[in-house]
Amino acid sequence: MNGTLIIDLILLALVLVAAVATVEVRNLFAATILASIYSLLMACFWTTMDAVDVAYTEAAVGAGISTILLIGTLVLTGPRETVRKAVHWPALLVCLCVGALLIYGTVDMPAFGAKDAPAHTHPLYGGFTKQDITKQPGSKGAEDYETYLAAQEAHGEAHGHGDYFHGHVPNQVTSIIVAYRGYDTMFETCVIFTAGIGMIVLLRGRRGNPLKGGLL
Amino acid sequence: MLAQVELSLLRTDIPSLVGGVALLLGISLLLVRAVAGPTTYDRILAMNAIGTKAALLIALLGFITERPDFLDIALAYAILNFVGTIAILKFIRHRRLG
Repeated sequence: MNGTLIIDLILLALVLVAAVATVEVRNLFAATILASIYSLLMACFWTTMDAVDVAYTEAAVGAGISTILLIGTLVLTGPRETVRKAVHWPALLVCLCVGALLIYGTVDMPAFGAKDAPAHTHPLYGGFTKQDITKQPGSKGAEDYETYLAAQEAHGEAHGHGDYFHGHVPNQVTSIIVAYRGYDTMFETCVIFTAGIGMIVLLRGRRGNPLKGGLL
Repeated sequence: MLAQVELSLLRTDIPSLVGGVALLLGISLLLVRAVAGPTTYDRILAMNAIGTKAALLIALLGFITERPDFLDIALAYAILNFVGTIAILKFIRHRRLG
């Protein structure tokens, strides 16, 4: 039993309380604030899981921007929930089944931080850890770079292509984002572009509009 | 699954652990205030205080996992929390951010 595990368990219990309270609370303003608290707690949890970038995004988007946007909506619509529908049992059943399937799927996953996890044994990983190589002679980074180049050459001889990247750009991030999942990146960009256009059209001030001059 | 985590990866000393649990206890009390709080301002205050506690918890996690660079993240969280609270209060008071 280690310390971060205890902290994780208490943190997740608090996250659960915040999530249930967000759904159950009647006042929509309180629900917004509770959703923001949920995001803050999840950001802490991401930090303990070593996903600091995810934690940053969660804190900035979840607790920051989306709270402001929800409050902006509530200022226009009013903070009262009008109709409270009864529980839709088939939907709840489907949710529970999908949740059980997802938990069943985690059984095959390697333990958190395991050294023999596929993500840590893939030949690319050695390249990823050398992102901050310095090429100046005499530095530790230079030795790392030499080992990296040697490993790359050996890999090329063994597999018949020149490097880890099948002849794509040698920078790992660029290679993966632009070459390996280029279509994914292209359509992500399309989605973000469309969302931006939609936001500009919606928030643009119009004559006779209650949001005259735009929301922001 | 979580119990299989390597112990050497996450060394912990007792004072840090006690501090972390105390912070989480504070967060749970504030969560009660956020759920029960009669006025909106109780809830906003609870959110702001939870944000402060989250920054402290991240700083403490830096000590627990022996990565002092987490302190920068905690500072960024503190700034973000401050700006977020000001923005929410301003929105409620003036109904716009500008």
